[in-house]
Amino acid sequence: MAAAPRGSAWRAVLRTPLGATAGALLLAVLVLAVAAPLLWSGRAGALDTAHILQGPSAAHWVGTDNLGRDIFYRVLVATRLSVELALGATAIGVVTGLLLGTAPVLFGARVGRLVGAAVNIAVAFPGLLLALFFAVIFGVGRTGALLAIGLAVAPGFARLTQTLTARVSGLDFVAAARIAGVGRPRLLVRHVLPNIGEPLVVNATIAAGNSLLAFAGLSFLGLGVQAPDYDWGRLLGEGLNSIYIHPTAALAPGVAVIVAGLAFNLLGESIAKAIGPGAGRPAGRPPRAAAAPGTATVADDATLLAVESLRVSFPGPVTPVRGVSFTMRHGEGVGIVGESGSGKSLTALALAQLVQEPGVVHAERLEFLGTDLTAGTGRAQRRLLGTSLAVVFQDPMTSFNPTMRVGRQLAEVAREHQGMGRRQSLARAVDRLRAVRVPAARRRAGQFPHEFSGGMRQRAMIGMGLMGTPALIIADEPTTALDVTVQRQVLRLLADIRAADQVALLLISHDITVVRQVCDRVLVMYAGRIVEELSTDDLQAGARHPYTRALLAAVPDMATDRDRPLAVIPGRPPDPARPAPGCAFAPRCRFADEQCTHAEPPLALDSAGRLVACWHTDRVAADPADERAGSDQRAASDERRAAAGRPAADEQEVSVGELP
Amino acid sequence: MTTATADSRRIAGIAQNAWLRFALRRLGRLLISLWVLVTAAFLMIHLIPGDPVRAALGSTAPLDLVNARRKMLGLDDPLWQQYLHYLHNLFAGDLGTSITSGLPVSQLVGDRLPATLELAGLAFLLAVLVCVPLGLTMGVLTRGGRRRPAELAFTSTSIVLAAVPDFLVGVALVYLFGVQLAWAPVAGRGGAGSYILPVVSLALGPAVVLARIVRVETLAVLQADYLRTARAKRLPDRLIYLRHALPNALTATITLGGLLLGGLVAGTVLVENVFAWPGLGSTIVQSILAKDYPVVQGVVLVYGVGVLLINLLVDVALALLDPRSTIRES
Repeated sequence: MAAAPRGSAWRAVLRTPLGATAGALLLAVLVLAVAAPLLWSGRAGALDTAHILQGPSAAHWVGTDNLGRDIFYRVLVATRLSVELALGATAIGVVTGLLLGTAPVLFGARVGRLVGAAVNIAVAFPGLLLALFFAVIFGVGRTGALLAIGLAVAPGFARLTQTLTARVSGLDFVAAARIAGVGRPRLLVRHVLPNIGEPLVVNATIAAGNSLLAFAGLSFLGLGVQAPDYDWGRLLGEGLNSIYIHPTAALAPGVAVIVAGLAFNLLGESIAKAIGPGAGRPAGRPPRAAAAPGTATVADDATLLAVESLRVSFPGPVTPVRGVSFTMRHGEGVGIVGESGSGKSLTALALAQLVQEPGVVHAERLEFLGTDLTAGTGRAQRRLLGTSLAVVFQDPMTSFNPTMRVGRQLAEVAREHQGMGRRQSLARAVDRLRAVRVPAARRRAGQFPHEFSGGMRQRAMIGMGLMGTPALIIADEPTTALDVTVQRQVLRLLADIRAADQVALLLISHDITVVRQVCDRVLVMYAGRIVEELSTDDLQAGARHPYTRALLAAVPDMATDRDRPLAVIPGRPPDPARPAPGCAFAPRCRFADEQCTHAEPPLALDSAGRLVACWHTDRVAADPADERAGSDQRAASDERRAAAGRPAADEQEVSVGELP
Repeated sequence: MTTATADSRRIAGIAQNAWLRFALRRLGRLLISLWVLVTAAFLMIHLIPGDPVRAALGSTAPLDLVNARRKMLGLDDPLWQQYLHYLHNLFAGDLGTSITSGLPVSQLVGDRLPATLELAGLAFLLAVLVCVPLGLTMGVLTRGGRRRPAELAFTSTSIVLAAVPDFLVGVALVYLFGVQLAWAPVAGRGGAGSYILPVVSLALGPAVVLARIVRVETLAVLQADYLRTARAKRLPDRLIYLRHALPNALTATITLGGLLLGGLVAGTVLVENVFAWPGLGSTIVQSILAKDYPVVQGVVLVYGVGVLLINLLVDVALALLDPRSTIRES
């Protein structure tokens, strides 16, 4: 809301096609309003009794009325009165509305509340009804209609002003001005109004358009402008009486009303669009270099899921997942860890075939239970995924449909894919809720999601996945939104399900401790690629990639010196929109040299037979584990943390999980 | 387990209380609004400058007649007494007597109200039947920035159509279908054919505005996490959109739809005059022009009560469709 962009915002309105059209239209209407009566009053008033109620002709473009007056010129001349009255009514409405709406600032909170209640009641009634009410009081005629429409506009405007003022009045600078003893009128004019001006102008513009239409309506009904004066509404009313013999007499003023009304309304709309929230479009992103290919993986009979060179890209183009390859066996627990933005959640969504347009998923191979998922989305594939692949999302608060009962949301899986009836599927849902340890499952099934707690909802979500007979559960940060004790319950539930039914689990988490608890194998992702793959047992001692080591160092354990600050990974993950050549971790890596900044290391077997994507695994391995994070880096992050005033763990989102 | 059931019982109690609180609060608001409406209608006559009876009967009317009429209307009593009298009559269903025709206002209203209700009800039905499928379809088709040309065509058409007031739509329809094509009667209330043009001209504006709102709401709902859940369940598109997206998109639509329905009730005034429809709308205009104030008062009351009832219906529908709204408001 700085002063500088304001002027350019107004100019920007006129640069949009809609804004330019509306602006030009409005200018034409205003010019006509000023010029037409000066130029054509005589011709509009000239009687031609020889040509009464005639159709369009060369002499009279849209014909004549019942006194033989030229309707075309009458419509043009009527522009002034129509626009004048519309603007006058708007002015009355805006001023009254402003006074009513700013009553809390001007006259204090008590008066403000009273006025607010009155405005709330008035707003419930449609403007036309209010206008008719006031037209009765002020009498039939031009002045009466002017006041009536003005007062009918006022409540809506007052409501808007009230809302905006309340928002601004709560801000610090207004409170400061009040404490500094700035008087109420001054407070309003200097501090409040300038900050709510733009939306008010937009609405005043639209209100002017609506007043114009309302005036046309009242005059059309005979309650507005009275003969011998005439505005568009009056011409319309006169024309309608003879619409059979002479339709243009009604259509010409109608068109004029619509054009002028549209000019005001469209200008208002385009200003609103230009200055409203989300007006600025994000700048285009630079194109992305070709993705590095992933390594091939070997599949055997026990393979449940096989992924090769999975890539997810968005227009821009941005490719947050670039060449992910791995396999999972039946009943295996695999964790994907990484900072936020590493592409792990998107990988999970892509595997579950849930990436929506404009995202594009490409994989050289994507097989689940021997079915090629890249082939298409037929009914058979839908049934396979619906019954054999369960997905648990991060936020249980928003992942349930708020308007449906929980039981029904579970039951529809069975109805859709297992051909069960209503009663049978609901019984299955209750049974599954019981299986995920939701107490009083039958009653709970009849409740809405908002009646569930977060942990309960996440369990219900897992239960939803168990409606079929899943071979794989993809859980995307299932515990992140939950508090620590509930986290542990949900993790135990997932582990129990895995053990009981030989269900494979793909657990996505930024919390390496969580992954260590329930998984056999860990895939470490960084900047859209897998940088290391190792078994959970190897994690502590066998990590070879500097990033994995840094992640581990950030997790405190019983041996961590409590007097020293927690370790952090300096720097930020790279922006997928601005990829740099070489290893993506190089800018944050203390082992990085020239080779790292030039060529991206492939995910390959190192000398010890582990899959790592690093040029310097030997040097990393030789590095003493205690020195995982250099003391100079700690000092630097200490300063940064002090400046930001927040705990260290926030800095790179590797949260401290439960201690083993 | 015992603590769990105790807990759940408490939760159920709170939920019931939320409904009760909602009912009480809503009823209170309705009563206050009704009182304001009735008082405003009463004061309307007294706010008119000069003598309303003299104004109604004309400056040539004999003084005796004016005084007799004033006495009949009770205008010579003190204001508070008139107010009490007015309230008392209202509860008895007596809306006063027309100055010009001498008929009871309640009888006039009873004769004219059905025609207006038919018009408004049919128009609302048509608007809803058009806007929900249209908005949902456009929302689904243009989700995630797809089909930009279709989106542009839809939004600009709806903006233009929404800016055209209903009585001008009526005039255009009369010209097109009544005069040029002679498909439908131009005016009056008769067979089914005579309903088409007035209903369409009333419904067109609200229908396109609502369709726009339904589309925007659909777009927002399609981004929601629970829609991803529905897709993860591999439901067919039909169920994803109709069962999971539509009810959630409608909750916001109903709020604005209620406002539009209120406007639609008022819109009958103009449209009835275009089509010479024998309803309350043409009655109120004739009465205002004839300065028949008791009739105006009665019709204003009926319109106002109609609007208040619609607002009540909208709030109740909203509470039923989205149970959270009852709690959120309290």
